[in-house]
Amino acid sequence: MQYLSQKVAKPYFVAAIGLFAGQILFGLIMGIQYLVGDFLFPAIPFNVARMVHTNLLIVWLLFGFMGASYYLVPEEAERELESPLLAKILFWVFLIAGALTVVGYLAVPYASLAKLTGNDVLPTMGREFLEQPTITKVGIVVVALGFLYNVGLTILKGRKTVINLVLLTGLAGLAVLFLFSFYNPDNLVLDKFYWWWVVHLWVEGVWELILGSILAFVLIKVTGVDREIIEKWLYVIIAMALITGIIGTGHHYFWIGTPEYWQWLGSVFSAMEPLPFFAMTVFAFNMVNRRRREHPNQAATLWALGTSVMAFLGAGVWGFLHTLAPVNYYTHGTQITAAHGHMAFYGAYVMIVLTIISYAMPMLRGQTAANSRRSQVLEMWSFWLMTVSMVFITLFLTGAGILQVYLQRYSAQPLPFMVVQEQISLFYWLRLIAGLVFTIGLGAYIASFFVGRTEPEAVAMKSVPVTA
Amino acid sequence: MHETFTKSMARNIYYGGAAFFVLVFLGLTFDTTHTLPKRDNRANLTETVALGKKVWENNNCIGCHTLLGEGAYFAPELGNVYKRFGNSTEAIKAFIKSRPENGVPGRRSMPQFHLTDQELEGIAQFLKYSSEINTANWPPNIQG
Repeated sequence: MQYLSQKVAKPYFVAAIGLFAGQILFGLIMGIQYLVGDFLFPAIPFNVARMVHTNLLIVWLLFGFMGASYYLVPEEAERELESPLLAKILFWVFLIAGALTVVGYLAVPYASLAKLTGNDVLPTMGREFLEQPTITKVGIVVVALGFLYNVGLTILKGRKTVINLVLLTGLAGLAVLFLFSFYNPDNLVLDKFYWWWVVHLWVEGVWELILGSILAFVLIKVTGVDREIIEKWLYVIIAMALITGIIGTGHHYFWIGTPEYWQWLGSVFSAMEPLPFFAMTVFAFNMVNRRRREHPNQAATLWALGTSVMAFLGAGVWGFLHTLAPVNYYTHGTQITAAHGHMAFYGAYVMIVLTIISYAMPMLRGQTAANSRRSQVLEMWSFWLMTVSMVFITLFLTGAGILQVYLQRYSAQPLPFMVVQEQISLFYWLRLIAGLVFTIGLGAYIASFFVGRTEPEAVAMKSVPVTA
Repeated sequence: MHETFTKSMARNIYYGGAAFFVLVFLGLTFDTTHTLPKRDNRANLTETVALGKKVWENNNCIGCHTLLGEGAYFAPELGNVYKRFGNSTEAIKAFIKSRPENGVPGRRSMPQFHLTDQELEGIAQFLKYSSEINTANWPPNIQG
């Protein structure tokens, strides 16, 4: 760690991991509710558990992105952060606002929360992933502005690298596109059309810039490969991401009342959306193979390679699986979508945040470069447990989805939704088991921060394959 | 990725490609906006429907159901529920009203929302309006 102000990243990472655990807890609750329909009913109805599950995910990823920025921007810009104090204040504002929102979801019926927070003044609530009370959304904007000011000024006054400029572009895009969450017309089609400007243009647009720049930063650090080469790759990846992903928004405009030319545009462009992810995989493995140093933090390298593979599988392959309009006609809004959503979010965004945490946290906690061997071994166990169980969650949901599509939409005698749900429940049981394994992996991950603290730091070994 | 393909070429593709496709996207958005009146059933967007959309949102219906295929996959698609219920807003209202306070043992059940008559009429009209949007023949059949 070269700059003192990088330390503000630490609470952001700790909060991210804490909220991650909360997210998984509610994921398990829903996994049970899929099987035992009245589990925790009416105290925590499914919609509330889902809201907590998805909102915690978004919030902890944002904590992760902010922590990543506070960590890497000073190092890239070669100067201290503009205002560490502002970063600390915004941390507490964001955490308290987030916590209050989740308490609100759990403590009162959603309709009461809407009333309590004056949703009628500017109705923005009750849309998927944008369920936060309007006042919370305003808070998010304020935090984002303060954060962008802090990071932006640091970059503008310091060294401008491709990495920190791409990161800044991604973060600014994130903040600007979020403003569309305040546009909620009575016209359902228009509402849905612009809702995707937040959701799609985040995860299949600007977030990919954030992902790419964090990955590039970590790869420079752990491989020692020349910056010029890495930055060229970064440009190629994000160019492909935006060239395919912007018009790729069209794959959400097939069946919501929008003109039918979107079926062509959305199919063709989103069919190319796996390309940037494939390039990312090639990039990560290439850089690690051409490494000029053996970094003692092998866990971080494993996460970096892992995120590139899993993002390709989850976002790329599982996205492609149901993105062509004639296929999507049958799969739209089924468990196929859920399967894709899980692996894509885990592979692309959960794992990139865990990558930067894995790389940065040892330094933030006073080590010179890496955790002890014992701690890293446990962390790598958690990597495999979480990643493999996520693969199985995805496979089981895909199985459920294929059956659901057949029974409900494709067979000669289409069955009602609830009848189909019972017929495919075996897959929900298997998914729940995989979810429990994921939870064990998460436990191991958290434990890895506490074991081997008194043991000596791992040292770089020669020619040890990092994926071992 | 050797000298023939330089970093500045990559950068130019990024800036040029992104700018070009942002403009294309905005153009398509413009065209979509002009085409929508023919498809989005706005002629039937009454005050009751608007109220219904608010009821839909304030009770987070999307947290369990899909609407035109978007939302959660825990409960049935509602974009075509009006048609599935025999083109009857009364059937929709009756179903919502009939939900037991404490659920159904062992099974999924929609919560009892205690909606007023006006809110019930709103949500039913909103779902009727939704079912009349031109969705390019989606869903494939009445089961949603």
